[in-house]
Amino acid sequence: MNIWAVLIFSIIKILIVVSVMLLTVSYLVYFERRVSAWAQNRLGPNRVGWEGVLQPFADVLKLLLKEDIVPDAAYKPIHTLAPIIALFVAFTTYAVIPFGPSVSIFGYTVPLVVADVNIGILYVLALTSLGVYAITLAGWSSGSKYSLFGGIRSSAQMISYEISMGFSVGGVLLLAGSLRPEAIVEAQHGWMWNAILQPIGFITFLVSSFAETNRLPFDLPEAEPELVGGYHTEYSSMKFAGFFLAEYANMIIASAMIVTLYLGGWRFPYLETFGLSAGWFAVISVITFCVKVAALLFFFIWVRWSLPRFRYDQLMNLGWKVMFPLSLINIVWVAALIMIFKL
Amino acid sequence: MAVKKREKDLTLLQKMYIPEIVKGLSLTMHNMFKPKFTMKYPEEKFIPPASYRGRPVLVMEENGEERCVACGLCSRVCPALAIEVQAAETEREKERYPVKFEINMLRCIFCGFCEEVCPEEAIVMSKDYELAFSRREDAIYGKDKLLTPVVQLKDRIEFLRSYK
Ligand code: SF4
Ligand code: SF4
Repeated sequence: MNIWAVLIFSIIKILIVVSVMLLTVSYLVYFERRVSAWAQNRLGPNRVGWEGVLQPFADVLKLLLKEDIVPDAAYKPIHTLAPIIALFVAFTTYAVIPFGPSVSIFGYTVPLVVADVNIGILYVLALTSLGVYAITLAGWSSGSKYSLFGGIRSSAQMISYEISMGFSVGGVLLLAGSLRPEAIVEAQHGWMWNAILQPIGFITFLVSSFAETNRLPFDLPEAEPELVGGYHTEYSSMKFAGFFLAEYANMIIASAMIVTLYLGGWRFPYLETFGLSAGWFAVISVITFCVKVAALLFFFIWVRWSLPRFRYDQLMNLGWKVMFPLSLINIVWVAALIMIFKL
Repeated sequence: MAVKKREKDLTLLQKMYIPEIVKGLSLTMHNMFKPKFTMKYPEEKFIPPASYRGRPVLVMEENGEERCVACGLCSRVCPALAIEVQAAETEREKERYPVKFEINMLRCIFCGFCEEVCPEEAIVMSKDYELAFSRREDAIYGKDKLLTPVVQLKDRIEFLRSYK
Protein backbone atom coordinates (compact mmCIF):
# COMPACT_ATOMS: atom_id res chain seq x y z
CA MET A 1 0.00 0.00 0.00
CA ASN A 2 1.59 3.28 -0.96
CA ILE A 3 1.87 6.21 1.35
CA TRP A 4 -0.85 8.30 -0.35
CA ALA A 5 -3.43 5.57 -0.06
CA VAL A 6 -2.63 5.21 3.64
CA LEU A 7 -2.92 8.94 4.11
CA ILE A 8 -6.23 9.24 2.28
CA PHE A 9 -7.78 6.28 4.04
CA SER A 10 -6.55 7.57 7.39
CA ILE A 11 -8.05 10.99 6.81
CA ILE A 12 -11.36 9.47 5.77
CA LYS A 13 -11.36 7.25 8.83
CA ILE A 14 -10.51 10.17 11.12
CA LEU A 15 -13.34 12.24 9.65
CA ILE A 16 -15.82 9.41 10.06
CA VAL A 17 -14.75 8.63 13.61
CA VAL A 18 -14.72 12.25 14.77
CA SER A 19 -18.09 13.07 13.28
CA VAL A 20 -19.64 9.90 14.64
CA MET A 21 -18.13 10.70 18.04
CA LEU A 22 -19.48 14.26 18.04
CA LEU A 23 -22.92 13.11 17.01
CA THR A 24 -22.95 10.31 19.58
CA VAL A 25 -21.81 12.66 22.31
CA SER A 26 -24.58 15.14 21.64
CA TYR A 27 -27.18 12.43 21.44
CA LEU A 28 -25.79 10.80 24.55
CA VAL A 29 -26.67 13.95 26.47
CA TYR A 30 -30.20 13.77 25.11
CA PHE A 31 -30.35 10.06 25.82
CA GLU A 32 -29.14 10.59 29.36
CA ARG A 33 -31.91 13.09 29.99
CA ARG A 34 -34.54 10.80 28.55
CA VAL A 35 -33.35 7.73 30.48
CA SER A 36 -33.13 9.69 33.72
CA ALA A 37 -36.67 10.90 33.13
CA TRP A 38 -37.93 7.39 32.48
CA ALA A 39 -36.25 6.09 35.60
CA GLN A 40 -38.10 8.76 37.58
CA ASN A 41 -41.46 8.22 35.84
CA ARG A 42 -41.14 11.41 33.83
CA LEU A 43 -41.01 11.99 30.09
CA GLY A 44 -37.91 14.11 29.62
CA PRO A 45 -37.26 16.58 26.79
CA ASN A 46 -39.77 15.81 24.05
CA ARG A 47 -40.62 19.18 22.52
CA VAL A 48 -37.86 20.18 20.10
CA GLY A 49 -38.50 18.18 16.95
CA TRP A 50 -40.15 14.77 16.97
CA GLU A 51 -39.89 13.43 20.55
CA GLY A 52 -37.17 16.00 21.22
CA VAL A 53 -34.61 14.67 18.74
CA LEU A 54 -33.43 18.18 17.93
CA GLN A 55 -32.82 18.96 21.62
CA PRO A 56 -29.00 18.51 21.41
CA PHE A 57 -28.78 21.21 18.72
CA ALA A 58 -30.91 23.56 20.77
CA ASP A 59 -28.65 22.92 23.77
CA VAL A 60 -25.47 23.62 21.82
CA LEU A 61 -26.95 26.78 20.35
CA LYS A 62 -27.94 27.96 23.80
CA LEU A 63 -24.46 27.30 25.19
CA LEU A 64 -22.83 29.11 22.28
CA LEU A 65 -24.96 32.19 22.82
CA LYS A 66 -24.20 32.42 26.54
CA GLU A 67 -21.81 34.93 27.93
CA ASP A 68 -18.36 33.57 28.64
CA ILE A 69 -17.54 34.67 32.18
CA VAL A 70 -13.99 34.39 33.47
CA PRO A 71 -13.60 35.22 37.18
CA ASP A 72 -11.13 37.96 38.13
CA ALA A 73 -9.16 35.61 40.35
CA ALA A 74 -8.71 33.08 37.57
CA TYR A 75 -5.38 32.57 35.86
CA LYS A 76 -6.63 33.12 32.35
CA PRO A 77 -4.26 31.15 30.08
CA ILE A 78 -4.70 27.94 32.05
CA HIS A 79 -8.37 28.62 32.65
CA THR A 80 -8.76 28.57 28.86
CA LEU A 81 -6.37 25.70 28.30
CA ALA A 82 -8.07 23.24 30.67
CA PRO A 83 -11.22 22.55 28.65
CA ILE A 84 -9.07 22.29 25.53
CA ILE A 85 -6.96 19.59 27.16
CA ALA A 86 -10.11 17.79 28.27
CA LEU A 87 -11.54 17.77 24.75
CA PHE A 88 -8.20 16.88 23.16
CA VAL A 89 -7.76 13.86 25.40
CA ALA A 90 -11.33 12.76 24.87
CA PHE A 91 -11.16 12.87 21.10
CA THR A 92 -7.67 11.50 20.48
CA THR A 93 -8.00 8.43 22.66
CA TYR A 94 -10.45 6.87 20.30
CA ALA A 95 -7.80 6.54 17.56
CA VAL A 96 -6.56 3.10 18.58
CA ILE A 97 -9.85 1.34 19.25
CA PRO A 98 -10.80 -1.01 16.39
CA PHE A 99 -14.45 -0.86 15.39
CA GLY A 100 -14.46 -3.60 12.76
CA PRO A 101 -12.35 -6.18 10.92
CA SER A 102 -10.01 -5.30 8.06
CA VAL A 103 -11.89 -4.63 4.82
CA SER A 104 -10.57 -4.44 1.29
CA ILE A 105 -11.52 -1.32 -0.63
CA PHE A 106 -10.22 -0.85 -4.21
CA GLY A 107 -7.70 -3.63 -3.68
CA TYR A 108 -6.28 -2.12 -0.49
CA THR A 109 -6.69 -3.83 2.86
CA VAL A 110 -7.92 -1.22 5.30
CA PRO A 111 -8.08 -2.06 8.99
CA LEU A 112 -11.15 -0.43 10.58
CA VAL A 113 -9.22 1.47 13.20
CA VAL A 114 -7.76 4.94 12.85
CA ALA A 115 -4.27 3.99 13.99
CA ASP A 116 -3.26 0.36 14.30
CA VAL A 117 -0.60 0.99 16.93
CA ASN A 118 1.07 -2.03 18.49
CA ILE A 119 1.15 -0.40 21.93
CA GLY A 120 -2.45 0.78 21.63
CA ILE A 121 -3.44 -0.11 25.17
CA LEU A 122 -0.52 1.81 26.62
CA TYR A 123 -1.52 4.75 24.44
CA VAL A 124 -5.03 4.71 25.86
CA LEU A 125 -3.83 4.44 29.46
CA ALA A 126 -1.36 7.27 28.90
CA LEU A 127 -3.89 9.59 27.34
CA THR A 128 -6.67 8.95 29.82
CA SER A 129 -4.33 9.84 32.65
CA LEU A 130 -3.65 13.13 30.86
CA GLY A 131 -7.32 13.82 31.46
CA VAL A 132 -6.50 14.37 35.13
CA TYR A 133 -4.51 17.45 34.15
CA ALA A 134 -7.52 19.05 32.54
CA ILE A 135 -9.56 18.72 35.72
CA THR A 136 -6.77 19.60 38.14
CA LEU A 137 -5.70 22.64 36.13
CA ALA A 138 -9.30 23.75 35.75
CA GLY A 139 -9.78 23.52 39.49
CA TRP A 140 -6.55 25.28 40.30
CA SER A 141 -6.76 28.08 37.76
CA SER A 142 -10.35 29.05 38.59
CA GLY A 143 -9.29 30.82 41.78
CA SER A 144 -12.17 29.39 43.78
CA LYS A 145 -11.93 27.02 46.70
CA TYR A 146 -14.71 24.77 45.53
CA SER A 147 -13.09 24.30 42.16
CA LEU A 148 -9.78 23.59 43.84
CA PHE A 149 -11.36 20.94 46.06
CA GLY A 150 -12.97 19.37 43.04
CA GLY A 151 -9.66 19.33 41.22
CA ILE A 152 -7.75 17.81 44.14
CA ARG A 153 -10.35 15.16 44.72
CA SER A 154 -10.39 14.17 41.12
CA SER A 155 -6.63 13.84 40.87
CA ALA A 156 -6.57 11.63 43.96
CA GLN A 157 -9.45 9.59 42.63
CA MET A 158 -8.14 9.15 39.14
CA ILE A 159 -4.66 8.21 40.28
CA SER A 160 -5.96 5.57 42.68
CA TYR A 161 -8.28 4.02 40.17
CA GLU A 162 -5.78 4.07 37.36
CA ILE A 163 -3.74 1.53 39.28
CA SER A 164 -6.50 -1.04 39.53
CA MET A 165 -7.41 -0.27 35.95
CA GLY A 166 -3.87 -0.93 34.77
CA PHE A 167 -3.64 -4.18 36.73
CA SER A 168 -6.97 -5.43 35.40
CA VAL A 169 -5.73 -4.78 31.89
CA GLY A 170 -2.72 -6.92 32.81
CA GLY A 171 -4.89 -10.04 32.78
CA VAL A 172 -6.15 -9.25 29.29
CA LEU A 173 -2.63 -8.67 28.04
CA LEU A 174 -1.46 -12.01 29.46
CA LEU A 175 -4.14 -13.82 27.51
CA ALA A 176 -3.69 -11.95 24.26
CA GLY A 177 0.08 -11.75 24.49
CA SER A 178 0.03 -8.34 22.86
CA LEU A 179 -0.65 -4.67 23.53
CA ARG A 180 -2.31 -4.26 20.14
CA PRO A 181 -6.09 -3.75 20.48
CA GLU A 182 -6.57 -5.68 17.22
CA ALA A 183 -4.73 -8.68 18.63
CA ILE A 184 -6.77 -8.54 21.83
CA VAL A 185 -9.97 -8.64 19.80
CA GLU A 186 -8.58 -11.50 17.70
CA ALA A 187 -7.83 -13.46 20.85
CA GLN A 188 -11.48 -13.38 21.96
CA HIS A 189 -12.94 -15.73 19.36
CA GLY A 190 -16.27 -17.48 19.85
CA TRP A 191 -17.50 -17.04 23.40
CA MET A 192 -13.95 -16.75 24.76
CA TRP A 193 -14.71 -13.22 25.87
CA ASN A 194 -12.41 -11.90 28.53
CA ALA A 195 -15.46 -10.95 30.61
CA ILE A 196 -16.30 -14.65 30.87
CA LEU A 197 -12.74 -15.90 31.33
CA GLN A 198 -11.80 -13.34 33.96
CA PRO A 199 -14.93 -11.97 35.60
CA ILE A 200 -13.01 -10.37 38.48
CA GLY A 201 -10.88 -8.36 36.08
CA PHE A 202 -13.98 -7.34 34.18
CA ILE A 203 -15.68 -6.03 37.31
CA THR A 204 -12.61 -4.17 38.57
CA PHE A 205 -12.08 -2.63 35.15
CA LEU A 206 -15.73 -1.66 34.90
CA VAL A 207 -15.74 -0.02 38.32
CA SER A 208 -12.45 1.73 37.62
CA SER A 209 -13.80 3.08 34.34
CA PHE A 210 -16.72 4.56 36.22
CA ALA A 211 -14.23 6.28 38.49
CA GLU A 212 -12.02 7.34 35.60
CA THR A 213 -14.88 8.96 33.73
CA ASN A 214 -16.08 10.67 36.94
CA ARG A 215 -19.52 9.23 36.58
CA LEU A 216 -21.84 8.49 39.45
CA PRO A 217 -21.44 6.72 41.86
CA PHE A 218 -17.92 8.17 41.70
CA ASP A 219 -18.55 11.73 40.56
CA LEU A 220 -16.72 13.14 43.57
CA PRO A 221 -15.01 15.95 41.63
CA GLU A 222 -18.40 17.41 40.80
CA ALA A 223 -20.39 16.45 43.90
CA GLU A 224 -23.04 19.14 43.51
CA PRO A 225 -24.34 19.16 47.10
CA GLU A 226 -20.97 19.85 48.71
CA LEU A 227 -18.81 21.44 46.03
CA VAL A 228 -21.34 23.52 44.08
CA GLY A 229 -20.21 22.29 40.67
CA GLY A 230 -16.71 21.06 41.49
CA TYR A 231 -13.93 21.88 39.08
CA HIS A 232 -16.22 23.52 36.53
CA THR A 233 -17.99 25.85 38.96
CA GLU A 234 -16.29 28.87 37.41
CA TYR A 235 -16.84 27.88 33.81
CA SER A 236 -19.59 29.09 31.55
CA SER A 237 -20.63 29.09 27.93
CA MET A 238 -18.64 26.98 25.48
CA LYS A 239 -15.81 26.29 27.94
CA PHE A 240 -18.29 24.60 30.22
CA ALA A 241 -19.68 22.77 27.22
CA GLY A 242 -16.12 21.58 26.52
CA PHE A 243 -15.97 19.79 29.87
CA PHE A 244 -19.46 18.53 29.42
CA LEU A 245 -18.73 17.06 26.00
CA ALA A 246 -15.43 15.64 27.22
CA GLU A 247 -17.20 13.81 30.00
CA TYR A 248 -19.55 12.16 27.58
CA ALA A 249 -16.78 11.46 25.07
CA ASN A 250 -14.86 9.78 27.89
CA MET A 251 -17.89 7.67 28.56
CA ILE A 252 -17.91 6.50 24.95
CA ILE A 253 -14.21 5.72 25.12
CA ALA A 254 -14.61 3.82 28.36
CA SER A 255 -17.42 1.78 26.83
CA ALA A 256 -15.44 1.13 23.66
CA MET A 257 -12.45 0.08 25.76
CA ILE A 258 -14.52 -2.30 27.85
CA VAL A 259 -16.01 -3.78 24.70
CA THR A 260 -12.60 -4.18 23.10
CA LEU A 261 -10.87 -5.60 26.14
CA TYR A 262 -13.58 -7.73 27.70
CA LEU A 263 -16.60 -8.18 25.46
CA GLY A 264 -15.00 -9.45 22.26
CA GLY A 265 -14.69 -6.10 20.46
CA TRP A 266 -16.40 -6.15 17.09
CA ARG A 267 -16.72 -9.94 17.13
CA PHE A 268 -20.11 -11.55 16.77
CA PRO A 269 -19.66 -15.03 18.28
CA TYR A 270 -19.03 -17.66 15.56
CA LEU A 271 -19.87 -15.23 12.77
CA GLU A 272 -17.04 -16.58 10.61
CA THR A 273 -18.71 -20.01 10.51
CA PHE A 274 -21.90 -18.58 8.93
CA GLY A 275 -20.20 -18.39 5.53
CA LEU A 276 -20.98 -14.73 4.84
CA SER A 277 -19.23 -12.68 2.16
CA ALA A 278 -16.43 -10.38 3.34
CA GLY A 279 -18.59 -7.27 2.90
CA TRP A 280 -21.45 -8.54 5.04
CA PHE A 281 -18.99 -9.84 7.58
CA ALA A 282 -17.57 -6.34 7.98
CA VAL A 283 -21.00 -4.72 8.17
CA ILE A 284 -22.30 -7.13 10.81
CA SER A 285 -19.08 -6.74 12.80
CA VAL A 286 -19.33 -2.96 12.85
CA ILE A 287 -22.99 -3.17 13.87
CA THR A 288 -22.10 -5.67 16.62
CA PHE A 289 -19.52 -3.24 17.93
CA CYS A 290 -21.98 -0.34 17.93
CA VAL A 291 -24.65 -2.39 19.69
CA LYS A 292 -22.23 -3.50 22.39
CA VAL A 293 -21.01 0.04 22.96
CA ALA A 294 -24.59 1.35 23.04
CA ALA A 295 -25.57 -1.27 25.60
CA LEU A 296 -22.67 -0.27 27.83
CA LEU A 297 -23.50 3.41 27.45
CA PHE A 298 -27.01 2.65 28.56
CA PHE A 299 -25.53 0.79 31.51
CA PHE A 300 -23.45 3.84 32.44
CA ILE A 301 -26.54 6.06 32.41
CA TRP A 302 -28.68 3.50 34.16
CA VAL A 303 -26.18 3.19 37.00
CA ARG A 304 -25.98 6.95 37.33
CA TRP A 305 -29.69 7.24 37.96
CA SER A 306 -29.82 4.31 40.36
CA LEU A 307 -26.98 4.68 42.82
CA PRO A 308 -26.10 7.37 45.35
CA ARG A 309 -22.66 8.94 45.47
CA PHE A 310 -19.87 7.33 47.50
CA ARG A 311 -18.35 9.29 50.33
CA TYR A 312 -14.79 10.34 49.69
CA ASP A 313 -13.16 7.99 52.21
CA GLN A 314 -15.34 5.10 51.05
CA LEU A 315 -14.18 5.79 47.55
CA MET A 316 -10.53 5.68 48.54
CA ASN A 317 -11.11 2.56 50.64
CA LEU A 318 -12.78 0.86 47.73
CA GLY A 319 -10.01 1.87 45.37
CA TRP A 320 -7.03 0.84 47.46
CA LYS A 321 -8.35 -1.91 49.72
CA VAL A 322 -10.77 -3.68 47.40
CA MET A 323 -10.20 -2.93 43.74
CA PHE A 324 -6.42 -3.02 43.84
CA PRO A 325 -6.11 -6.46 45.56
CA LEU A 326 -8.90 -7.83 43.38
CA SER A 327 -7.10 -6.81 40.23
CA LEU A 328 -3.94 -8.51 41.52
CA ILE A 329 -5.94 -11.67 42.25
CA ASN A 330 -7.22 -11.48 38.72
CA ILE A 331 -3.69 -11.59 37.32
CA VAL A 332 -2.94 -14.69 39.36
CA TRP A 333 -6.19 -16.24 38.18
CA VAL A 334 -5.36 -15.57 34.53
CA ALA A 335 -1.86 -16.93 34.98
CA ALA A 336 -3.36 -20.10 36.48
CA LEU A 337 -5.75 -20.38 33.53
CA ILE A 338 -2.85 -20.16 31.14
CA MET A 339 -0.86 -22.74 33.10
CA ILE A 340 -3.70 -25.26 33.31
CA PHE A 341 -5.41 -24.93 29.95
CA LYS A 342 -2.38 -23.82 27.91
CA LEU A 343 -4.52 -21.07 26.39
CA MET B 1 -22.13 -5.56 78.93
CA ALA B 2 -23.58 -6.77 75.73
CA VAL B 3 -22.76 -4.59 72.77
CA LYS B 4 -25.95 -3.43 71.22
CA LYS B 5 -26.02 -4.01 67.50
CA ARG B 6 -26.86 -0.79 65.75
CA GLU B 7 -29.59 -0.93 63.21
CA LYS B 8 -27.54 0.89 60.64
CA ASP B 9 -24.62 -1.53 60.71
CA LEU B 10 -24.49 -3.27 57.37
CA THR B 11 -24.45 -7.02 57.07
CA LEU B 12 -21.59 -8.67 55.22
CA LEU B 13 -23.74 -9.17 52.15
CA GLN B 14 -24.64 -5.49 52.13
CA LYS B 15 -21.00 -4.54 52.55
CA MET B 16 -20.18 -6.38 49.34
CA TYR B 17 -22.33 -3.79 47.56
CA ILE B 18 -23.08 -5.97 44.56
CA PRO B 19 -26.42 -7.49 45.66
CA GLU B 20 -27.59 -4.05 46.79
CA ILE B 21 -26.46 -2.49 43.52
CA VAL B 22 -28.36 -5.14 41.58
CA LYS B 23 -31.44 -4.38 43.68
CA GLY B 24 -31.18 -0.68 42.96
CA LEU B 25 -30.65 -1.23 39.27
CA SER B 26 -33.64 -3.52 38.99
CA LEU B 27 -35.79 -0.96 40.77
CA THR B 28 -34.92 1.81 38.31
CA MET B 29 -35.29 -0.54 35.36
CA HIS B 30 -38.71 -1.51 36.64
CA ASN B 31 -39.67 2.15 36.87
CA MET B 32 -38.59 2.89 33.32
CA PHE B 33 -41.52 0.86 32.02
CA LYS B 34 -44.13 2.21 34.39
CA PRO B 35 -46.67 4.75 33.16
CA LYS B 36 -45.38 8.31 33.41
CA PHE B 37 -46.80 11.01 35.65
CA THR B 38 -45.96 13.88 33.33
CA MET B 39 -48.92 15.77 31.92
CA LYS B 40 -48.39 17.15 28.42
CA TYR B 41 -49.60 20.53 29.61
CA PRO B 42 -50.76 22.84 26.86
CA GLU B 43 -52.45 19.96 25.05
CA GLU B 44 -53.67 18.19 28.12
CA LYS B 45 -54.95 20.37 30.96
CA PHE B 46 -55.03 19.80 34.66
CA ILE B 47 -58.57 19.82 35.99
CA PRO B 48 -58.35 20.79 39.66
CA PRO B 49 -60.60 19.36 42.37
CA ALA B 50 -63.20 21.55 44.10
CA SER B 51 -60.81 22.35 46.95
CA TYR B 52 -58.44 24.09 44.53
CA ARG B 53 -57.92 27.84 45.01
CA GLY B 54 -57.60 29.42 41.60
CA ARG B 55 -58.30 33.06 40.80
CA PRO B 56 -61.07 34.65 42.90
CA VAL B 57 -64.21 35.49 40.94
CA LEU B 58 -67.53 37.19 41.66
CA VAL B 59 -70.62 35.05 41.59
CA MET B 60 -73.23 36.12 39.03
CA GLU B 61 -76.83 35.04 39.62
CA GLU B 62 -78.99 33.58 36.84
CA ASN B 63 -80.58 36.99 36.22
CA GLY B 64 -77.16 38.47 35.42
CA GLU B 65 -76.74 40.38 38.69
CA GLU B 66 -73.85 40.06 41.08
CA ARG B 67 -74.42 38.80 44.61
CA CYS B 68 -71.95 41.23 46.10
CA VAL B 69 -73.41 43.88 48.42
CA ALA B 70 -70.22 45.95 48.43
CA CYS B 71 -69.70 45.62 52.17
CA GLY B 72 -65.96 45.89 51.59
CA LEU B 73 -65.05 43.08 53.98
CA CYS B 74 -63.03 41.23 51.36
CA SER B 75 -61.11 44.34 50.54
CA ARG B 76 -60.46 44.87 54.24
CA VAL B 77 -59.27 41.33 54.91
CA CYS B 78 -57.16 40.90 51.82
CA PRO B 79 -53.57 40.58 53.08
CA ALA B 80 -52.14 41.61 49.75
CA LEU B 81 -54.41 44.65 49.32
CA ALA B 82 -55.50 43.31 45.97
CA ILE B 83 -59.19 44.21 46.05
CA GLU B 84 -60.77 47.56 45.45
CA VAL B 85 -64.55 47.97 45.94
CA GLN B 86 -66.63 51.08 45.37
CA ALA B 87 -70.18 50.87 46.60
CA ALA B 88 -73.29 52.57 45.23
CA GLU B 89 -76.98 52.49 46.05
CA THR B 90 -79.52 50.58 44.07
CA GLU B 91 -83.34 50.27 43.91
CA ARG B 92 -83.04 46.52 44.21
CA GLU B 93 -83.81 44.61 47.39
CA LYS B 94 -80.18 44.43 48.54
CA GLU B 95 -79.84 48.25 48.35
CA ARG B 96 -76.09 48.32 47.71
CA TYR B 97 -73.97 47.05 44.84
CA PRO B 98 -70.37 47.59 43.71
CA VAL B 99 -70.01 50.06 40.86
CA LYS B 100 -66.40 49.18 40.68
CA PHE B 101 -64.88 45.90 41.78
CA GLU B 102 -61.25 45.29 40.87
CA ILE B 103 -58.80 42.57 41.81
CA ASN B 104 -55.19 43.12 40.97
CA MET B 105 -54.02 39.69 39.97
CA LEU B 106 -50.37 40.67 40.32
CA ARG B 107 -51.03 41.20 44.03
CA CYS B 108 -53.39 38.36 44.82
CA ILE B 109 -51.74 35.50 46.66
CA PHE B 110 -54.69 33.09 46.38
CA CYS B 111 -55.11 32.84 50.12
CA GLY B 112 -58.89 32.60 49.89
CA PHE B 113 -59.54 35.01 52.81
CA CYS B 114 -61.89 37.09 50.67
CA GLU B 115 -64.00 34.02 50.01
CA GLU B 116 -63.99 33.09 53.66
CA VAL B 117 -65.02 36.48 54.95
CA CYS B 118 -67.73 37.28 52.41
CA PRO B 119 -71.17 37.27 54.14
CA GLU B 120 -73.03 36.84 50.85
CA GLU B 121 -71.00 33.98 49.31
CA ALA B 122 -70.42 36.47 46.53
CA ILE B 123 -66.73 35.95 45.93
CA VAL B 124 -65.34 32.43 45.51
CA MET B 125 -62.15 30.87 44.29
CA SER B 126 -62.43 29.42 40.78
CA LYS B 127 -60.42 26.69 39.08
CA ASP B 128 -58.72 29.07 36.69
CA TYR B 129 -54.94 28.90 37.00
CA GLU B 130 -53.87 30.19 33.62
CA LEU B 131 -52.94 33.75 34.55
CA ALA B 132 -50.35 35.30 32.30
CA PHE B 133 -50.23 38.92 31.21
CA SER B 134 -47.99 40.86 28.91
CA ARG B 135 -48.81 44.23 30.47
CA ARG B 136 -49.39 45.29 34.07
CA GLU B 137 -52.68 47.00 33.24
CA ASP B 138 -54.03 43.69 31.93
CA ALA B 139 -53.51 42.16 35.35
CA ILE B 140 -56.18 44.30 36.97
CA TYR B 141 -59.42 42.39 36.55
CA GLY B 142 -62.58 44.46 36.57
CA LYS B 143 -66.19 43.34 36.98
CA ASP B 144 -66.34 42.24 33.35
CA LYS B 145 -63.72 39.57 33.94
CA LEU B 146 -64.68 38.72 37.50
CA LEU B 147 -68.37 38.00 37.08
CA THR B 148 -68.90 34.31 36.53
CA PRO B 149 -72.27 32.54 36.19
CA VAL B 150 -73.16 30.59 39.32
CA VAL B 151 -73.58 27.34 37.36
CA GLN B 152 -69.86 27.29 36.63
CA LEU B 153 -69.03 27.58 40.29
CA LYS B 154 -71.37 24.91 41.57
CA ASP B 155 -68.85 22.46 42.95
CA ARG B 156 -66.82 25.14 44.71
CA ILE B 157 -69.96 26.49 46.40
CA GLU B 158 -71.00 22.98 47.40
CA PHE B 159 -67.51 22.37 48.75
CA LEU B 160 -67.70 25.57 50.79
CA ARG B 161 -71.12 24.70 52.17
CA SER B 162 -70.01 21.27 53.33
CA TYR B 163 -66.54 22.09 54.67
CA LYS B 164 -66.36 25.77 55.55
S1 SF4 C 1 -57.41 35.43 47.57
FE1 SF4 C 1 -56.44 36.52 49.25
S2 SF4 C 1 -55.02 37.86 48.19
FE2 SF4 C 1 -56.40 37.15 46.63
S3 SF4 C 1 -57.96 38.72 46.56
FE3 SF4 C 1 -58.69 37.17 47.99
S4 SF4 C 1 -58.02 37.90 49.98
FE4 SF4 C 1 -56.86 39.03 48.47
S1 SF4 D 1 -67.51 40.28 47.65
FE1 SF4 D 1 -68.46 39.78 49.58
S2 SF4 D 1 -67.07 40.60 51.08
FE2 SF4 D 1 -66.51 41.52 49.17
S3 SF4 D 1 -67.64 43.42 49.12
FE3 SF4 D 1 -68.88 41.93 48.07
S4 SF4 D 1 -70.20 41.14 49.63
FE4 SF4 D 1 -68.61 42.19 50.73
